Amino acid sequence: MQTVLYDASFEGFFTAVFEIYEYRISQPDIQREGAAAVSLFGNTHTVHTDRNKAGRVIKKLQEKLYEDAFRQLYWSFLSAQPGIENTLFRYTRYALSSSQQITTDYSNADVLTIQQTAKKMGREKHRMEAFIRFQQTKDGLYYAVVSPDFNVLPLISRHFEERYADQRWLIYDTTRKYGIFYDLNTVSEVSIDFTTSPQDTAAIYDEKEALYQSLWQTYFNSTNITARKNMPLHIRHMPRRYWKYLTEKKPY
Amino acid sequence: MSERIREKLTLLADAAKYDVSCASSGSDRKNENKGLGNASNGICHAYTEDGRCVSLLKILLSNFCIYDCAYCISRKSNDIKRVAFTVQEVVDLTINFYRRNYIEGLFLSSGIFKNPDYTMERLVLVAKKLRTEHNFHGYIHLKTIPGASDELMQAAALYADRLSVNVEMPTKESLRLLAPDKDRDDMLKPMQYIDKALIQNQEEKKQFKQAPTLAPAGQSTQMVIGASPETDFQVLYMSDYFYRKMHLRRVYYSGYVPISYDNRLPAIGTPVPIIRENRLYQADWLMRFYHFKVHEIITPDAPLLDMQIDPKLAWALRNLHLFPIDINTADYHLIMRIPGIGLQSAQKICEARKFSRLNMHHLQQIGIAINRARYFITTSDVKMVKDYQADQIKEFILNEGKSKYAPNFSQQLKLF
Repeated sequence: MQTVLYDASFEGFFTAVFEIYEYRISQPDIQREGAAAVSLFGNTHTVHTDRNKAGRVIKKLQEKLYEDAFRQLYWSFLSAQPGIENTLFRYTRYALSSSQQITTDYSNADVLTIQQTAKKMGREKHRMEAFIRFQQTKDGLYYAVVSPDFNVLPLISRHFEERYADQRWLIYDTTRKYGIFYDLNTVSEVSIDFTTSPQDTAAIYDEKEALYQSLWQTYFNSTNITARKNMPLHIRHMPRRYWKYLTEKKPY
Repeated sequence: MSERIREKLTLLADAAKYDVSCASSGSDRKNENKGLGNASNGICHAYTEDGRCVSLLKILLSNFCIYDCAYCISRKSNDIKRVAFTVQEVVDLTINFYRRNYIEGLFLSSGIFKNPDYTMERLVLVAKKLRTEHNFHGYIHLKTIPGASDELMQAAALYADRLSVNVEMPTKESLRLLAPDKDRDDMLKPMQYIDKALIQNQEEKKQFKQAPTLAPAGQSTQMVIGASPETDFQVLYMSDYFYRKMHLRRVYYSGYVPISYDNRLPAIGTPVPIIRENRLYQADWLMRFYHFKVHEIITPDAPLLDMQIDPKLAWALRNLHLFPIDINTADYHLIMRIPGIGLQSAQKICEARKFSRLNMHHLQQIGIAINRARYFITTSDVKMVKDYQADQIKEFILNEGKSKYAPNFSQQLKLF
C-alpha cells in the first residue's frame, strides 16, 4: 500500500488519479495532506496539483459518464467523508476501464456508495435552502449563519443567487470558517474577522428585524394544530441540530 | 400598530390552518429582471409541532363570512372575533417573510365578506400588487371563490401559480346537510371554468410563445375526512373523478378536527382520524404515481381501506396469484407494485439489472424493505420464501414491525 497525499482540492484529487496511472502505483491510499495517518512501512507519494493532468482525467471521465454522474462525483468529493477519495478512485478506474456507461450499476458497491453519498449531500443542500434564516442589518444586508454537516455552500450558492437577485446577502459557515457573499452582481467567497465585532445585535440589525422575527414566531405557533401534535414527526423533519439557527425555534 | 398586525396574524393564520394544502411545487416561474424570488423548487421551510410542513404563508384575508358551514371555524354563527387584513398588510408580510427565507410564497384564502366578487377582487388585488409593484416571482396560491365572475377568475389565474376551490364534503348530501348555503354544482363551476381556461392557455402557448402563462401549477382541492359518513370508496372515486375529469394536480384529505358542539358533527374530543387520512394519501399516491386504477384499490363491496396495512400491501395480498415477481426480468410497472419497493428503488433495480443479475444482498444495499418484499419476489439467489396464505403474510408483517400508529389502533377501530 502506498499513501498518495494531495492538497484537498478537487483538481488535486484528479492530479492524484493521473499520477497513480502515470507512476503505476498499484495499491494507492489517497489521503489529504495534514489529515493523513502516514503509513509507517509503505512509502509516500506527494502530489502537486497540476491543472493539465487533472483536466485530462476530468475530460476523459466526462466522455465516459452521464453529466449527472460527474455531478455525483463532485458532490461526493465535497462530502469529505473519510476514505471517499479511495472510493472515488475505484469508481473512476471502473468507469475508465469499462466499455459501457457504468453510472447506474448499483450492484457495484462503489457506484452505489457514490450515488448514496451524493444523495446525502443533496439532502443537506436542500436543508440549507430550507432552514437558512436571514436577518436584515442596518445597511440592508441579509445575513445568515450556518454550520452544515457537509461543505454545501458551493452547492447552494446558485439557488440563493437566482432567488434573491435584488438583495445583498451573506451566508457564513462557522464550521468551515468561510462565507459566500452576493453584492447584487456576483457571488464570491469571503472570510470574516470576528475578533473585532462583538455580538451587539441591536446595534447591527435593521429596526424592523425584531418585529418580523416575532411575527414569524407568531405565525409559526398559530398555524400549528394542537389536536394533531406529533413531536417525533416534527423532530424527524427538523432535526434538533438545526434549531439554533431557526427563528421560529428561538424563545420569544 | 404592530400589536394589531400580530392579533390579525394570530387569528387569520389560525382560521386558515385547516386547509391542509401546502405544496409550493409544480410551478416553473423564473426570477425575471433581477426581481425577488422564483417558484420552481417546492421547499418546506419549517415543520410545526404537528409535523406538517410550512412552505407558504397561509392566511385568510378576512374571517368575516356570510356562510354558515358547520365544519368551518369562521362560520357566521360562530361567536369569534372578526378581523381583516388590508391588501398592503398582506403584501408587506409576504415580502418580508420571503426575503428572510421563511417561506416559498403566499397562500391566500378568505371568508366571504359582502359577496363572492367583492372577496375575489381583493384576493386578486394582493396577487397583482405582489407581481406588478414588487416584481415578486415567488409562489402564490389563491382560492377561487365560487360565484365570482369569470373575469376575476381569469385575472386570478394570470397572477397565481395555483388555484383551488375546496369541495370539502365528498358528496352532495353531506354538503347539503353541513353547508346549507352552498350548492355542490356552484363549487364545481369555477373548477370547470379554470380547467377549460388552462387547457386553452396551453394551446395558445404552443402557438405564441409570448402568451402569458395561466396558473402554471394548476388546480387542487380538499375533502374533509371523518366529519360526514362517506366511505373511503366514495372519497377515492371522487378523487379519481377530479384527477381524470378536472385534471387537478392534487386532492388533499383533511382529517376533521372537531371544532364545534353542533350535533351534526363528531363531538369535540373525538380523535382526528389520522390513520385513515394517511391511508387515503397512500391510496392517492398509488393512483397518481404507481399507475393503479381506483377500482384496484377499493371496491363497493369492501368500501373501507384496511387500517392495519397500507393499500399497496393490501392489493398485493388480494392478488397473490400475480406473485412472486422475478426482480431480474419483470417489467418496471410490475416491480413498482411490489410491497416494500418504491418508485426510486424500482428504477434503480431496472437500471442495475442490466449489469448483473441481482440477489437479495443487492436489493438490501439499494435500500428496499426486504421484510415486506421477500414474500413477493424471486431473485438470482432466493426463489421464494414459501407458499404462504395472504393472512399469514399479513400476520408476519404486522408482527415484525411496530407500527408508528400502534397506540392509536384501538381508538380508531372502534369507529368501524
